[in-house]
Amino acid sequence: MSKVILHADGLNKSFGAVTAAANINVKVEEGSVIGLIGTNGAGKTTFVNMITGYLKPDTGKVIFAGRDITQLEPREITKLGVCRSFQIPQLYNSMTALENLEVSYGIVSLMEHHGSLFTKMHAKIPSYGKDIRQLAEESLEKFGLTQYRDKTARVLPGGIRKLLDIAMAMAVRPKILLLDEPTSGVSAEEKFDIMDMVMKAVRDGNTTVLFVEHDMDIVNRHAERVLAFYAGQIIADESPELALRDPQVIKYIIGETHAARLQEAN
Amino acid sequence: MIDQIMMVLVDGINYSAWLFLAAVGLTLIYGVMKIVNVAHGSFYALGAYVAASVMGAWVAYDLPPALSYVALFVSALVAGFIVGPLVERLILRYQYEKDEVVILLITYALFLVLEDVLKLIWGVDPYFIIEPYAYLGNFEIAGMSYPNYYLLMLGLAIAVGIVLTFVLKKTNFGRLLVSVIHDREISAAMGIDVSKIFVLTFGVGCALAGIAGAFTAPTTSVTPGMGVEVIVLSFAVVVTGGLGSLPGVALAAIIMGIVRAFCIHYIPQLELFVIFSVMALVLAFRPRGLFSLAEARKI
Amino acid sequence: MSFDKTIQRFLLVLIVLLALSPFIPQWALFMLTITGANGLVVLGLMLFLRAGLISFGQALFFCAGAYTTGLLSLTLNVREMSLLVLASGLVSGLLAYLLGFLMAKYRGIFFGLLSLAFSMILYGLLVKTEALGSTDGFNVPAVTIFGWVPGKELVRVAVLGMAFLVIILSVAFVQSILKGPRGMLLTAIRDNEIRAEYMGASARRTVHLFYVIAGVLAGFGGSVAAVAVGHIDPAMAFWTTSGEFIFITILGGVGSVVAPFLGAMVFGIIHTVAFSYSPNTWQMVIGLTLIFVILVLPNGLWSLRDKFRKNKP
Repeated sequence: MSKVILHADGLNKSFGAVTAAANINVKVEEGSVIGLIGTNGAGKTTFVNMITGYLKPDTGKVIFAGRDITQLEPREITKLGVCRSFQIPQLYNSMTALENLEVSYGIVSLMEHHGSLFTKMHAKIPSYGKDIRQLAEESLEKFGLTQYRDKTARVLPGGIRKLLDIAMAMAVRPKILLLDEPTSGVSAEEKFDIMDMVMKAVRDGNTTVLFVEHDMDIVNRHAERVLAFYAGQIIADESPELALRDPQVIKYIIGETHAARLQEAN
Repeated sequence: MIDQIMMVLVDGINYSAWLFLAAVGLTLIYGVMKIVNVAHGSFYALGAYVAASVMGAWVAYDLPPALSYVALFVSALVAGFIVGPLVERLILRYQYEKDEVVILLITYALFLVLEDVLKLIWGVDPYFIIEPYAYLGNFEIAGMSYPNYYLLMLGLAIAVGIVLTFVLKKTNFGRLLVSVIHDREISAAMGIDVSKIFVLTFGVGCALAGIAGAFTAPTTSVTPGMGVEVIVLSFAVVVTGGLGSLPGVALAAIIMGIVRAFCIHYIPQLELFVIFSVMALVLAFRPRGLFSLAEARKI
Repeated sequence: MSFDKTIQRFLLVLIVLLALSPFIPQWALFMLTITGANGLVVLGLMLFLRAGLISFGQALFFCAGAYTTGLLSLTLNVREMSLLVLASGLVSGLLAYLLGFLMAKYRGIFFGLLSLAFSMILYGLLVKTEALGSTDGFNVPAVTIFGWVPGKELVRVAVLGMAFLVIILSVAFVQSILKGPRGMLLTAIRDNEIRAEYMGASARRTVHLFYVIAGVLAGFGGSVAAVAVGHIDPAMAFWTTSGEFIFITILGGVGSVVAPFLGAMVFGIIHTVAFSYSPNTWQMVIGLTLIFVILVLPNGLWSLRDKFRKNKP
């Protein structure tokens, strides 16, 4: 039985008349892979935003590795080991793919050197054992981005932007990685390859992964556990096989036809 | 004691009226076009200089003083409405898609250019057009005598506020403006001629600045460089009220005018400092100003 | 310690200048010193521009540095230029550190106009202070260079030499920072601040740091200018002075630590020419040239260098 690394305790969040989160209670075990599903506006991204500090819940707590991180800034939460990728890839558009990663590892370097004014690019980052350039190049390779090394981020195609976004999030070697719709905006042919690549690259260090996904095939393929959201509540918390057969999930999220097809495939 | 309070209130409200008039054009332009017009100060100065010339001629031709106010108003309106759109069509219109920093620098550059253009046309010596100010006489409150011009400024500020609110809320044009204020792209996609709205708004904004300048001219001397303080103060007022908010700029003007009057009563040197302190204080609690437009989630 | 190529070139220029100094007219030596002073201020502004920030009131620190030099010289009889420059940098840096707590929270137009406001507040304070000579300011007495009192002929060269020393040290410092991860972080903040924060960086602390660095540099510049001109007055804090610095920044571009000095040199030439023809249109010249540069050469003069390189076979 792995230990609980993340505990969302009674989270509530409303925006005026809209309830984005209603008494969310979730315990996440270290090393698990969890898929968050639900229609648009069900509260998945709000959940991710509250975990990562972008939003503060009205009531409730977020506990990471035994520590209450509810009121911390996103920056501080990242330093503790919780990192996220974005639904709309957040890149440094005027820089190349390599430079995007160099900045990311550069930030890690600055943190490890305690913000010293004289941190150098070619100095090794102590706990990583390599220098910034090396680490950046390795990331590119791991995520299959080497051919885009010197291309400006602005001109990269959608799926590649997604990969780069996730590669950057991985630079801090987080204990928990939250992926916000990793395959949205990616063409149907590429979806599986991209997600496969992401999961392979990410699962190296036994990272706990939570990913928001609309594509049930992807959820089926990669998740060990599914959290289904509807109107700010979690209506199902079980394995993908059970979740996809759950009447509530079928009613509010997947729909009869699609459910039938998925069950056939299984 | 009451006398002191009355004095501060009268001075304060007068300054508030001026702040409102000076700043309202800036917030209107920002609300619709999402740019901060650094050249706002120059249009204020333009209004003041045009007023100076018109009044000079008015007095020289011995025209009825009562109508001079209309002349001030019309000349400022015309000046702002000619130069403003000209600037917008010739230079600004090509910059809207650019980086925020670039637009900032361009309006700053325009400010520099216009400052010298004003110097070239009107010279560097100060102008004094005291007539509209003196003509109205005085009124008394709590034993102190104040110029009736104060009432004119207050009336003008209130009138401008009412007219703008009416236009925004009750007219078709106002509705188009509100649409563009909320989302430029969607408005364009729905068929609104955003380009035309931009040039009109810019014209109105500059005209408002010009009117503020024209009506301030009789109370002080018209000199080069009067635009700088205006842009700095207007910006403080607009930001405190919330960029783009009409009720915001009114409320901010009232607060700042009275606080300032109170402070300079005791320590005159603190003028600019007080205004910025109010701004900093408001922003500390409400980072987007007193009233702000809701913004969609970015990530 | 291996010297960066740029630093080597600066040293070379210094040596050449010193060698040729007997043949360089006094007014040219003066202009070069002022160019250096302006370049120092703009070096700081260039750092801001990389982060997507424009300070419309950097003259605040320039003036603070100048007045520190003047006051120390006049009241405490400090004549040693190296000490004066150092002290001015410290005072400006301290001022920047205090103001930075507020300024680092803002971006874009807020940052720009707030800085303008602060510079105008200083201007207003100085103008109203009789003890400092209000609008007239006061003179700065002659300085010593590392203890040596230069003869009348050599004063300008000596000041220029000291200015160059300050420049070389400053440039070396800025260069080392820019080449490190912090340098990239500046551009990252401009491109996507939220992302940088999500990676663990503190945009606020980074901006605060560079605000202090720019403040110190401007303080150095103000001190050098004060010594070179021999006189200081409140106009050094006026918005038009800030405008000139901004102009030089855009003119030079952000491509390199050399760009500010290149821009300052071109500015000096334009200034001399334009002012002799028509002093009342100076703002207009800056404004029009600024618009021209923004439209035609958005990356400043330094980008021309890259264009030439691309054309090489």
